Amino acid sequence: MPTVRTTVLRGRGVSPGVVHAPLARLAAPLVTSAADPVGAEPAAERVRLRQALEAVAADLTARADAAGGPCADILTTTAAMALDPTLRAAAEEHLERGCPTAHALTLAIEGFCARLDALGGYLAERVTDLRDVGHRAAAHLAGVAMPGIPAPGYPVVLVARDLAPADTATLEGGDVVAIVTEEGGPTSHTAILAGALGLPAVVGCPGIMAVPEGVTVRVDGTTGEVEPDPPAARRVGPTAAAPSDPPAVVGPGSTADGRPVALLSNIGTVTDAERAAATASEGVGLFRTEFLFLDRRTRPDVDEQARTYAAVLRAFGARRVVVRTLDAGSDKPLPFLPLGAEDNPALGVRGLRTATAHPAVLDDQLAALAAAAAGTARDVDVMAPMVATVEEAERFAVRARGHGLRRVGVMIEVPAAALRARELLEVVDFVSIGTNDLGQYTMAADRCSGALGHLLDPWQPAVLDLVAVVGEAGRAAGKPVGVCGEAAADPLLAAVLVGLGVSSLSTAPTARPAVHAALHGLSAPCCAVLADRARAARGANAARTTAARTRDELVGAG
Amino acid sequence: MPTRTVTVASKVGLHARPAATFTRAVAGSGLPVTIGVAGKDPVDAASVLAVMTLGVQYGQEVTLHAEGDGATATLNELVALLATDHDA
Repeated sequence: MPTVRTTVLRGRGVSPGVVHAPLARLAAPLVTSAADPVGAEPAAERVRLRQALEAVAADLTARADAAGGPCADILTTTAAMALDPTLRAAAEEHLERGCPTAHALTLAIEGFCARLDALGGYLAERVTDLRDVGHRAAAHLAGVAMPGIPAPGYPVVLVARDLAPADTATLEGGDVVAIVTEEGGPTSHTAILAGALGLPAVVGCPGIMAVPEGVTVRVDGTTGEVEPDPPAARRVGPTAAAPSDPPAVVGPGSTADGRPVALLSNIGTVTDAERAAATASEGVGLFRTEFLFLDRRTRPDVDEQARTYAAVLRAFGARRVVVRTLDAGSDKPLPFLPLGAEDNPALGVRGLRTATAHPAVLDDQLAALAAAAAGTARDVDVMAPMVATVEEAERFAVRARGHGLRRVGVMIEVPAAALRARELLEVVDFVSIGTNDLGQYTMAADRCSGALGHLLDPWQPAVLDLVAVVGEAGRAAGKPVGVCGEAAADPLLAAVLVGLGVSSLSTAPTARPAVHAALHGLSAPCCAVLADRARAARGANAARTTAARTRDELVGAG
Repeated sequence: MPTRTVTVASKVGLHARPAATFTRAVAGSGLPVTIGVAGKDPVDAASVLAVMTLGVQYGQEVTLHAEGDGATATLNELVALLATDHDA
């Protein structure tokens, strides 16, 4: 029976290893609704609600005691959410208005989820924990058992929209050999706990919920590829040595013949910086400064910004740090940066373009960076997002240098900038290619559109062609060309990028070992061959397949 | 009405776990305590969700306010808690 010849799904690999096993789904939680039967007197329902939340907290605390380690911290914190007085007060308000009891709690929880979501990053990912409290309380109120981890008695790949800590905490020693979630980011519990348990895991994988239960799926926790019903040749044993488990390579990144390729980290916060600085990371290729500005009514002043930047610079000692100036837009609005509504925010006033109407925001940021560099007695690289023309790059460079910043660059996200890379590099010191946006703008495909995922594949030859133009311009000018998009984290694509002339790759720190090992196994001329063949392919899939085959030939011959 | 201002020493800010540690200490005191940051309204310091949604980061100043018997001593303990990085 030809089952599901779905193409390979793609998410973010957050815990390395390759396995294949039948798919098993986490049972869906109870969904509450305003149409549920309303309970007894509000006073009695208030008591029931309180008892349910206390029972949830007691259960989570007991699991925390049994789990130990990072799981215990997470479960204890989730228990504290269940006992939160503000949450209960909000639910009681909904109860008083005649809302069914479990739904009153759902509404209160969603209120907090919206606020956590708005904060972004680590806090936004805690909404899963909070919703889990609601699901558990709803099950308790309804007198039904909580859905749990499937345990069919044979290895399974666990699939869920997202996993709550209480789910993941019971994974150890069970039947689950890999995890794939539709949602979740690199700091979600799935990522943290799968890493701790050594289970391959892929998060943020759209389309996985459409794969039926029982279908064998191949999960690559390094590349983020999830292949339903893989061909026999790709069905490695669930516990077999994973081909993408790289042997550890030490030292700075380079090709087999010694061409240096700086392997840097993408960070967003001081915490990220400290975590990345503790690894072999050679520095920061992309410091997204948005986090400092989110959820602020007023702009953080120069001193506050300088303190944050200095903390990041200090964490990395003498290692290179590239800071990207604020990348806001009408889809990522900030209260102190009014941009108005736009029909098409991706093509609107965003990134460096916001500096025309709000120059002081950029000037403050540049002043703070200069102060942080002076205060830590080291250099810092600064670059602007969303640059389309040489004039924009030049204006930015003049301003940054006016603040005393010596190394100034721009992001290459717009095809126009890629095509004019040679001229851009006459006015800036380096460029960094954001492959996600470059893909979106080259292919005219919204990054958020799941239906257009195939167009957003970073292996699209058109995107590789543009990277090649930039790489060639960098070589001609003798100036660094970096890549700081998702593409840099794919070990095979990383080799292709180096072959196209890229001199540094910036990824999540966890992706570094695999990329390091891949480059270590290929000489610079081999990378160039890979790049040529990938560009000669007719499409993204063909480019990937050709590059993989070429690598196997070259490594096998080598 | 004792009020104290303290710089948060937790390197990760008052995110989930440090917020939970702090709110547990507040709840343990039995006193009404509020926590505020510049630009936002103060919130119930015993509420882990309210504290998390303040989005307090490392190095940011927060203002604590308590009322009742032993408010000064309670604030001293809470200030000491926030001024220590428990992951260090």
